Amino acid sequence: MIVKYLDEVHVNRRQVLALGGSALAVLAASGLMAPPALASPKAAKAKLAELVGGKKAEKGRVAIILPPMTNDGKRVRIKVAVDSPMTEQDYVKSLHILAERNTVPEVASYHFGPLSGKAEMITRIRVAKSQTISAAAEMSDGSVYMAKVRCKVARGAGGCG
Amino acid sequence: MKPETPRIDMPRTAQAGEIIRILTKIRHPMETGWRRGGDGKKVPRNRINKFVCDFNGKEVFSADFHSGVSADPYLVFHAKVSGTGTYNFKWEADDGKVFTASAPITTVGV
Repeated sequence: MIVKYLDEVHVNRRQVLALGGSALAVLAASGLMAPPALASPKAAKAKLAELVGGKKAEKGRVAIILPPMTNDGKRVRIKVAVDSPMTEQDYVKSLHILAERNTVPEVASYHFGPLSGKAEMITRIRVAKSQTISAAAEMSDGSVYMAKVRCKVARGAGGCG
Repeated sequence: MKPETPRIDMPRTAQAGEIIRILTKIRHPMETGWRRGGDGKKVPRNRINKFVCDFNGKEVFSADFHSGVSADPYLVFHAKVSGTGTYNFKWEADDGKVFTASAPITTVGV
């Protein structure tokens, strides 16, 4: 895991030695190495309201498949399926994925149409720390449905916003 | 990271009206803009922010990506085949680069 971390920040052992312990301490104290602030559930809720135009989200019709625990927060496979006939009259317009404890709560928005045939997608997302991931589907009739699922990132496994 | 052309996996033939699965993958670092390189400077933000899939010019599926999408965005979605034609895929990055790919599909009789 340490090797992975070093690879991520592009610092090798020689550079660390050259910097010296004191320089590193100064760097840490000045906040240069501080990670960016993470969002809050409140921020995620506000973002969702902004995305769906302030409509109230109901529970149901959305299913999220996500590992309950992961060792690598950088790529977590997520599958979201929405129960919809996907016809010209009734289809899923958009699907939003939010991670409330990431630096930026909105992860991605997907836009479907009657040509999509099936409101289902799979992707890989970044999960900064253990948190609740939510998915909200905006239907063609204007109603909004959402689901939430908890994802735990193992201690020391890292992850990024 | 060596450049790579986007990868598409989908059937070559399908029956009219059939729902097919389309798998897309593109190599991209998806830089968030808050990571620091070896020189201590921030690596500029560079993400793929838009993905569009169209069938013969008609939009089928699109997506907006933010920082929460993993590097090398991988995406699986579905499409209803309405006839013989070409699926076109387009990825747009923050630095202005546009990546495209296309895949033909032929409808076969039942």
